[in-house]
Amino acid sequence: MTAAQRRWLFLAGAAGFAAFYLWGLTGLPGFGHYPGPYGDIINRIAVAQTNATGVVSAVNFEYRGFDTVAEEYILFVAAIGVSTVLRQLRGERERAARDEAVGRRVPPTSDAVRVLSLMLIGPTLVMGWFLASHAQTSPSGGFQGGVVLATSFILLYLAGEFLVFERVSPLDITDAVGAVGAGGFAAIGITAVGLGLAYLTNFLPLGSTPGAVSSSGTIALISFFVGLEVGAAFVLIVSELLEQTLLLRHRS
Amino acid sequence: MQVFPFIVVAWVLAVGLYGIVTSRHLIHQIVCLIVVQSSTYVLLLGIGYRRGAVAPYFSDIPVHTPAVDPVVQALALTDVVVEAAVTALLLSFAIQAHKRFGTLDPHELVQLKG
Amino acid sequence: MDQLLPLAAVVPLLVAAGISAASRFLRRRRRILDAIGIATAVAVTVMLIVIMTRAAHGDSVYWFAGFRPSRGVAIGIDFAAGPLSAGLACLAAALVSAAMIFSWRYFEQVATYYHALMLTFLAGMVGYCLTGDIFDLFVWFELMGVSAYVLTAYRPEERGPLQGALNFAITNSVGAYLILSGIALSYGRTGALNMAQIGRDMARHGPDRLVVVAFVLIISGLLIKGAIVPFHFWLADAHAVAPTPVCVLFSGVMVELGLYGIARVYWSVFGYGLGHRQTVTSVFLALGMLTAIAGALFCFRERHLKRLLAFSTISHAGMFLTGIAVLTPLGLAGAAVYVAGHALLKAALFLGTGIVLHRLGSVNETWLHGRGRHLRVTGIIFTLAALGLADLPPFATYLGKGWIESAAATRGFPWVTAVFIISSVLVGAAVLRVAGGVFYGLGDPPSESPQVAAESSEETSETQAAKQRTPLSMIAPAAVLVVAGIVVALLPDLGPVLQASAVRFQDQAAYNATVLSGAHIPHPRALFPPEDTGVKAADLASGFGSAAGALLLAFLALYWKRLPVLRRGFEPGTGLVQPIRRFQSGIVNDYVAWIVFGLACVGGALAFTIR
Repeated sequence: MTAAQRRWLFLAGAAGFAAFYLWGLTGLPGFGHYPGPYGDIINRIAVAQTNATGVVSAVNFEYRGFDTVAEEYILFVAAIGVSTVLRQLRGERERAARDEAVGRRVPPTSDAVRVLSLMLIGPTLVMGWFLASHAQTSPSGGFQGGVVLATSFILLYLAGEFLVFERVSPLDITDAVGAVGAGGFAAIGITAVGLGLAYLTNFLPLGSTPGAVSSSGTIALISFFVGLEVGAAFVLIVSELLEQTLLLRHRS
Repeated sequence: MQVFPFIVVAWVLAVGLYGIVTSRHLIHQIVCLIVVQSSTYVLLLGIGYRRGAVAPYFSDIPVHTPAVDPVVQALALTDVVVEAAVTALLLSFAIQAHKRFGTLDPHELVQLKG
Repeated sequence: MDQLLPLAAVVPLLVAAGISAASRFLRRRRRILDAIGIATAVAVTVMLIVIMTRAAHGDSVYWFAGFRPSRGVAIGIDFAAGPLSAGLACLAAALVSAAMIFSWRYFEQVATYYHALMLTFLAGMVGYCLTGDIFDLFVWFELMGVSAYVLTAYRPEERGPLQGALNFAITNSVGAYLILSGIALSYGRTGALNMAQIGRDMARHGPDRLVVVAFVLIISGLLIKGAIVPFHFWLADAHAVAPTPVCVLFSGVMVELGLYGIARVYWSVFGYGLGHRQTVTSVFLALGMLTAIAGALFCFRERHLKRLLAFSTISHAGMFLTGIAVLTPLGLAGAAVYVAGHALLKAALFLGTGIVLHRLGSVNETWLHGRGRHLRVTGIIFTLAALGLADLPPFATYLGKGWIESAAATRGFPWVTAVFIISSVLVGAAVLRVAGGVFYGLGDPPSESPQVAAESSEETSETQAAKQRTPLSMIAPAAVLVVAGIVVALLPDLGPVLQASAVRFQDQAAYNATVLSGAHIPHPRALFPPEDTGVKAADLASGFGSAAGALLLAFLALYWKRLPVLRRGFEPGTGLVQPIRRFQSGIVNDYVAWIVFGLACVGGALAFTIR
């Protein structure tokens, strides 16, 4: 197909589809008029039932926790997928070691960036940890915390210490942490099965105070494992992608 | 303007699809795919919104305060994770494709056809 | 509460994580990895057989975390396994087992991740089949998809796999987002994610624009996965380049899972709400017929073995969709047995292709002509499977085809038989032509097409070329699969049992009651009356007829150049379909444009009739 043909085919289809889709969207109850009942029921029962005051986390890790198992594995597959797809390049590096943009001058990392990044690493780690372990009380949880944890590793890179970055997060270890995170969640579910309960049943004591760090039973534990998995997956993905350019530059 | 947010949904979807169809650069095309997915975030969160209701966090408010739907927020979170995973994968394909084909133009990545 | 239900999906996930955590240890111990992978897949197969038999008289429902629905409102996620859904998952697990046994000696070097990815792929398929929650369906669909994208690009040192994986991932991601939009719309109406509950609430409301649009969005995403024209373009690209054991799964079950999703969503969610069964039949029937014919034509002119088999899968997907489209129990039962027979035989054909690649280092029919003479056992297996693909009795495929044809005739579409025979003949002839040329050296080698040569020259590194022996671990699974393709048809009471399962699958009210109130429905009600499933003369005639036609056409194609009268005309197959060839351009932009166009057509057709 020529570009013009493709565009006409698309525009014809898109015009029809857009009309059709808008026609359907106008059948919705209207913005601001959520009809329920699913969310309303959960809002009503979640706090009493799980002792978690962050209802979104309760949905993610308890009511619809099984979605999250699969979802976490999607991330897990993406991480090992990125290393699978990029693995060949690692063997090839010697052969293909040329800078993609030869004439370009790479300015050295400025001291300001370096110092600021190094200073931020500690607080970011703490922040990530805090988020991953407070799923039950605040709009946080393993996914958010894991991403922030991974950010602290990326700050390390930003500080110009890629080699340190590699040493701190060697791929095998990161990989293993990710696998433990992904498997840990699934294993918590299996533990419930071992206790004769349904898969992923919250079998830990819920604590006495809603919203306390120790409340909500398995929600906090699952959130922790998710944090591990997400952090490891993102570190793995980012370091695989960074490795593509950085080591080449180091050599030349 | 009860329909307005949903018009945005259709618009974002259409723009993303247009981008995918006309794109001549893989990275751009992948970003357009993210745009397509963004329409689902707007749709999900738009559906769960209730006028005047609070966020579904009851740490410092009474439990029976009217709140928006927590379920669509959890779904949107899942959706975001899926997006991150797919994007990372597609980008790694793009890196390899660039190594193999020496180009990122989808029209020139034609090893297979017919 | 049947604890096997979650375990069937979770065990492969846990093993995948375990393998990955111990990757440093296992990297040099390939055999341990293989053994773990095979053992897991076989264990899942056994679990699913048990689940399937337990569900024979009513779906097994499992509520995760123990959240049972209260007053008809689901607050958790459920697995609802019926005989058909568990059977399909079981088929997937069996094929994964076969593919992993085949891989034992197939890859020269295989990173740790191959096994982990195969297991996550398996878990994705199992979860997708068993789930009763529509968002959960989307999540497993994505897990399945993401694993499949990576497996397609498993050999990133070549160009083909990258292009194939990109086209596959972009088109199927667009499909996934369409599904999600449809889910969001139906949630906006019903505030539910449980399929039974959505279905019940939509039935109360009756058909309106929102229901139509939500339905079209969800099925369009599934039609992409199910490779239905014009949503199918990604399939040939992905199949041609994925490693052969992975192709077994793509062709054998992944595409069929897309169609299963349509059946599940239609009968569990939208059936009553949508009504207008005549319109639904017409739309799906048109898509199915178009796909069956287009896939068969593409298949017949193809010279690249894997692509040829891929196009035959497209053609068969069209026939399966037809079985769903007629909406009768016999049609669905026919589609089910057809899917099973096709999966087993197509898997055997792909494994045979893998052996050819392993021994001869090519998948180019032209180059291979006459070079496979010494591969006697492989030749026999390949030929038998090819005959089965042409619906020769007693292969299970003939039953499926016969049932769908008679179901269609009952609904007033007797011409479906003619279309089915044409596409079976074309597909069977293409594969038989390959068998005759490659393994028996019959006829003349087809004239070389430079493009095919270029494509297949890249194939060699999947396995090191020109091995002297074919290992037993490669032959045995292929042989077992072909035998299984016959055994399925000979199972006692297959017809009545399958049709009863189909009636249960189609009874939305019974499904609702089973899932939402835990009721046991001993006698589900059929919307369309069940029909006779005994072996009829018409089925046999249609089966033998298409096999004979396929043989004849295969011989014609092989000896074309020696036919005195016709030979000056054109090469069979190429001249016939040259004009439509350029649609398969390899450019993902085109594919997405076609998806949008197809979406508008399907949407328009339903919108103007239902409203």
